[in-house]
Amino acid sequence: MGGIKVDLGLCTGCSLCAKQCPFGAIEIVEKKAVITDDCTMCGACVDACHFNAITREVAQKEAAPDSSGVWVYAEQIEGQIAFVVYELLGEGRKLADSKGELLGAVLFGSEMEEAARDLIAFGADRVYLLDDPQFFNYHDELYAMALSELIGKEHPEILLLGATTIGRSLGPRVSARVGTGLTADCTGLAIDPENGMLLQTRPAFGGNIMATIVCPSHRPQMATVRPKVFQSAARDPSRTGEIIKVESPQVTLRSKLIERVREQAENVNLQEAEVIVAGGRGLVDEKNFKLLEELAQALGGVVGATRAAVDSGWISYPHQIGQTGKTVSPKLYIACGISGAIQHLAGMQSAETIIAINKNPDAPIFQVAHCGIIGDVFEIIPALLAELKQ
Amino acid sequence: MQIIVCLKQVPDTTEVKINPETNTLMREGVQSVINPFDMYALEEGLRIKESLGQGEVTVLSMGPPQVEDSLREALSLGADRAVLLSDRAFAGADSLATAYTLSRGVAKLGEFGLIICGKQAIDGDTAQVGPSLAEQLDIPHATYVRKVQSVDEEKMVVERMTEDGYEVIELAMPTLITVLKDINQPRLPSLKGKLRAKKAQIEIWGKEDLDVEEERLGLAGSPTQVVKIFTPQRARDCRVLEGTAEEMAKVLAQELKKII
Repeated sequence: MGGIKVDLGLCTGCSLCAKQCPFGAIEIVEKKAVITDDCTMCGACVDACHFNAITREVAQKEAAPDSSGVWVYAEQIEGQIAFVVYELLGEGRKLADSKGELLGAVLFGSEMEEAARDLIAFGADRVYLLDDPQFFNYHDELYAMALSELIGKEHPEILLLGATTIGRSLGPRVSARVGTGLTADCTGLAIDPENGMLLQTRPAFGGNIMATIVCPSHRPQMATVRPKVFQSAARDPSRTGEIIKVESPQVTLRSKLIERVREQAENVNLQEAEVIVAGGRGLVDEKNFKLLEELAQALGGVVGATRAAVDSGWISYPHQIGQTGKTVSPKLYIACGISGAIQHLAGMQSAETIIAINKNPDAPIFQVAHCGIIGDVFEIIPALLAELKQ
Repeated sequence: MQIIVCLKQVPDTTEVKINPETNTLMREGVQSVINPFDMYALEEGLRIKESLGQGEVTVLSMGPPQVEDSLREALSLGADRAVLLSDRAFAGADSLATAYTLSRGVAKLGEFGLIICGKQAIDGDTAQVGPSLAEQLDIPHATYVRKVQSVDEEKMVVERMTEDGYEVIELAMPTLITVLKDINQPRLPSLKGKLRAKKAQIEIWGKEDLDVEEERLGLAGSPTQVVKIFTPQRARDCRVLEGTAEEMAKVLAQELKKII
């Protein structure tokens, strides 16, 4: 396998590397490490080897094309700027300052002049504004074409999008059109002081490993960024900046939005919630979720659930948190009757404060919790509600 | 209608355990399975074919030779044809290079009406290959599809889940959708299906079989590179409260008031 080389003279066949490999791509054959086809060249084995027997050759990539500026995609829905945009502006400002470059915001929509000025107050030096009634609602083909054309004209160095439903659909479409790399769902961003490249850190395997990824020779370096991970920018109305008008692209559309439906009953915007009260198998029955609703209401939060609870039909799928549901990072996460299966932890372990209530002291949820109560949910929550009412 | 379902073989993470001492994944003996979201994609493809009363479902994957097992499983569930894109030159691909390789596989398959992918793979969790593939084939797409309202040779209407509800989107064929797990309940393989799958021929295409630009394949064709892999700090000092339910509730309420 190109890239990862094992020095057979140094290899002792100790299998430390095979145990560390997140992809199961190392076999020990006749007391020597053999790299198999599953290898993704991540380099975890290089660090794992105590005998310096493994090296990674990084392909010499050509130099990156000229580019400048850190851009933030300012997602809007029905004229409302998505909350993640303010977090991107906060983080983007830091990246732009450390590179000594401008921070740009890209805003597509209809009648968005005022919102554009507001983005300047939140830290943008330039706002690329495409103001056209056709852009009132998000549309994959239309937006991807407009954003790709703008990139082709302006050559930004970095482009950040929120890892939202829209960002995770638009991002890959644009990166494919432009022919550059895209890192999904980042939770850490930094500039490499040695070469100025964007270091993009993201969880993989449901958060069990973290990978730092770079895009050496293609521009822009694109990343979608997980909401609620970075601090929002502060608003400073005295800031000044420039609004640059962008022309609508010529494009033949093959898809159309028929309607946008907001579901009142199902309106569980878990990703935006500051407080989530979640229930699992330990709740035993559908009716017990009422108790969680009460607690959520008292704390100004919303109700989440594990896959087990959703699969049991106690609560609907939009509430599901975890690998096959939503990924959340609220300020406060209260896990009630949740054992903490790895798939559930994947969706909530980046919460700021985690409180776990569970009867079983060995439940894995206590490994990620900041505060634990070993006890019966049906005793603790009513007592807690009584306390909160006081 | 020709329906293509993209499948990825992934490690079965329900079996992955964390070593509490080293905080690393314990992968010994972990089985490979079809990415769970792709099972819903396959089921949806089979249902659409059945509702149209004609057509063919082809499962397409890229990966090492052992992915054949997963493709055979897809055949046992009712897929008509299975194609594996496998070549050392494809290894180390990021989502862009993967989507490019798949797009060349699709091109070789010929005319199609619909491509269905799972929302994302549970090992990489990027959700990027679907939309990237659509762009590289120059066809429209919809992500996060929770329901297919209608489908015919000309167009389909789908419900796409959003943060606060859903969108109803009409797509002209050919098109691509990525599906969520609440779109359907996948079927189990039949005995007949298993027997058929056992004997079925799985087509394996390497780079020589495809009309590809070599520099866009695998590691060489991937703009992104992993520079470091590490395990996140997991073990926290969990403060365990003690006392009666009332006493614990009292302390907790105070803590909560501080946070909110």
